[in-house]
Amino acid sequence: MTGRNLPPLSLHIPEPDFRPGDEVDYSDFEMPVAGAVARPATETAPAAIRDMSYVMIRVLDDEGRAQGMWDPRLAPETLLKMLRSMALTRAFDDRLYRAQRQGKTSFYMKCTGEEATSVAAAHALAYDDMCFPSYRQQGLLIARDWPIVDMINQIYSNRADRLKGRQLPIMYSAREANFFSISGNLTTQYPQAVGWAMASASRGDTRIAAAWCGEGSTAEGDFHSAMTFAAVYRAPVILNVINNQWAISSFSGFAGAEATTFAARAIGYGIAGLRVDGNDALAVYAATQWAADRARNNHGPTLIEHFTYRAEGHSTSDDPTKYRSADEGVKWPLGDPIARLKKHVIGLGIWDEERHAAMDKELAEMVRAAQKEAEKNGILADGLKQSFDSMFEDVFEVMPDHLRDQQKQMLEERRAAGI
Amino acid sequence: MSIATESAGETRTMNMIQAINSALDVAMGRDDATVVLGEDVGFFGGVFKATEGLQKKYGKTRVFDTPISENGIIGVAVGMATYGLRPIPEIQFADYIYPGLDQLVSEAARLRYRSAGEFTAPITVRTPFGGGIFGGQTHSQSPEALFAHVSGLKTVIPSNPYDAKGLLIAAIEDNDPVIFFEPKRIYNGPFDGHYDRPVSPWSRFAESAVPDGYYTVPLGKAKLVREGDDVTILAYGTMVHVARGVIDETGIDAELIDLRTLVPLDVETIVASVRKTGRCVVVHEATRTGGFGAELSALVQEHCFHSLEAPVERVTGWDTPYPHSLEWAYFPGPVRLTEALKRVMQD
Repeated sequence: MTGRNLPPLSLHIPEPDFRPGDEVDYSDFEMPVAGAVARPATETAPAAIRDMSYVMIRVLDDEGRAQGMWDPRLAPETLLKMLRSMALTRAFDDRLYRAQRQGKTSFYMKCTGEEATSVAAAHALAYDDMCFPSYRQQGLLIARDWPIVDMINQIYSNRADRLKGRQLPIMYSAREANFFSISGNLTTQYPQAVGWAMASASRGDTRIAAAWCGEGSTAEGDFHSAMTFAAVYRAPVILNVINNQWAISSFSGFAGAEATTFAARAIGYGIAGLRVDGNDALAVYAATQWAADRARNNHGPTLIEHFTYRAEGHSTSDDPTKYRSADEGVKWPLGDPIARLKKHVIGLGIWDEERHAAMDKELAEMVRAAQKEAEKNGILADGLKQSFDSMFEDVFEVMPDHLRDQQKQMLEERRAAGI
Repeated sequence: MSIATESAGETRTMNMIQAINSALDVAMGRDDATVVLGEDVGFFGGVFKATEGLQKKYGKTRVFDTPISENGIIGVAVGMATYGLRPIPEIQFADYIYPGLDQLVSEAARLRYRSAGEFTAPITVRTPFGGGIFGGQTHSQSPEALFAHVSGLKTVIPSNPYDAKGLLIAAIEDNDPVIFFEPKRIYNGPFDGHYDRPVSPWSRFAESAVPDGYYTVPLGKAKLVREGDDVTILAYGTMVHVARGVIDETGIDAELIDLRTLVPLDVETIVASVRKTGRCVVVHEATRTGGFGAELSALVQEHCFHSLEAPVERVTGWDTPYPHSLEWAYFPGPVRLTEALKRVMQD
């Protein structure tokens, strides 16, 4: 160790720019110009569009006007439906977050500020395309008009919960909405989505798959296995990375963001990579549409990095003011996705402040009514609502003897205790 | 043996590899949703040749090679299963399965439960396991206890060609995920633990008579290999043959039970036997602490305490990694089993 005339090594531990109490300064952030990025043909080889991983696709400019080749030129009713789904997602989050604070359930996770990454993507996919979400994609279900009462029943683990009270709140599963069961183990859905897409391709189907994960969990082995398989078999799949800057208290630097972009992960695998402004619903729609066209025409997978900001804590279990500056969200240079789309539709003359305020009021009322409806089936806090028998069901298709014995033992135990 | 429906066809002599290959062939012929994937399983037919000829017969989209990523192989198989296919991934050696553990334990095994039946993962993971082939510590392990411990997974271990085919077809048809451990030491012939004696091929044994066509051996049913009065030996895989060899050599009147599946376990057959004999020795090649033998031993105590005339003994591999040059000092062979039987039958 000694006697060698070499400088000592030092270990780099990433550190975010801002911590609690710090004043946030984003003056270093180079704002990508809306409309400046060219839109390649969907059949372009990944090697020819590597630069797409380092730029940022933006459609909406500061005045809310749609700019450039990526403008998806959506019909007014689609724009307004997207706006409504995003607003409903936010209203839903606000109310259910409060429900957790009121002790009605154990846990909740908001997606505030990230609504476009799910809602706009859902609109660009076909309804029968299969979604493999992570835990912050409630916007997919809402965009697909899934009944919010059903979502609240799951959050309350009540007697109408289709998942029989087995899953942590918000870990939805909705097969009829082509929405895969959410796992708490991160990015496991990535290779599954690739496998689903491979199956679809091998059967000559026309449906594609899409998966979502956070930037933090791109560090999981599953992400890289999925990328390898997607590339090797040219699977018809869209792999979305929601870069919301934070994984609980760890900033994106702990997933490698100091060195490169998440979209650029695609380059080494030979996959098409796009990087989009995740707070720009039109950019998210356009990128998803591009990737979907590509997948549907056998040109293979696309990795899309959605650059956004997690405006709230990770979940109800953490306090973000303990690890990051509260100023970050306030000054986020890419704004708020709902405000930006609202400005756009008002600019088009198909919307106005009054209608927006009325919609917000109506949606808040709709969520309140759904909550009330769900509460008729019970809430987690007022006692267990599931049949005790069902605890042993669905471990296997047919209950084997050892589970039958344990089920019997549990029921006897309860009888003996008089409960 | 519950052979033979008419569709089982003619009986031929097969070793375990041929029987497994035949099972895959039959399953793929009956159900076009079945898919075989894994490292080297396609054109080459697998490093042990278990998938030989299948790609040619069923095409590349149903039998294909994969990247060297056990995590990816199992994760992709789960995804294919949720689409509606019935994947049969091969993990080249059980020792390599650990990168795929999360996909098996947290995903495949729990999917039916967590989605209340909306999504299921009917995959059958085939993987060669066990030692006795000078494979060193990365080609010899027996990790079955890790999987038997997981709720929602079925664990199957055949000990001969007839069972291998029937159990594998049953596993593939099962709507739950199954891990199918193939004792690679006995692919070509049974092994009694006498490593210094010539190996007899399967063709000299009755269990090599395997019907060409379709039949199943049900999961969850043990096989009474030999009836006896003095002691019960519980074994599976290669160790069934080690036990049989010891019984033949010592003349001990042991009742030998081949468990065939660890989950679900045929407790009834075990309990009936130990209540009759009053003594029990549990044998496996895997390490001892927390091994499946501990579970068997506990079950026997719970169900047969008043019939037991001696403590239940475990005959296992040592709690060390599988050593290369000292393989036979590790392997729970005839000497270790004979000593245990003597202790159990002392009074």
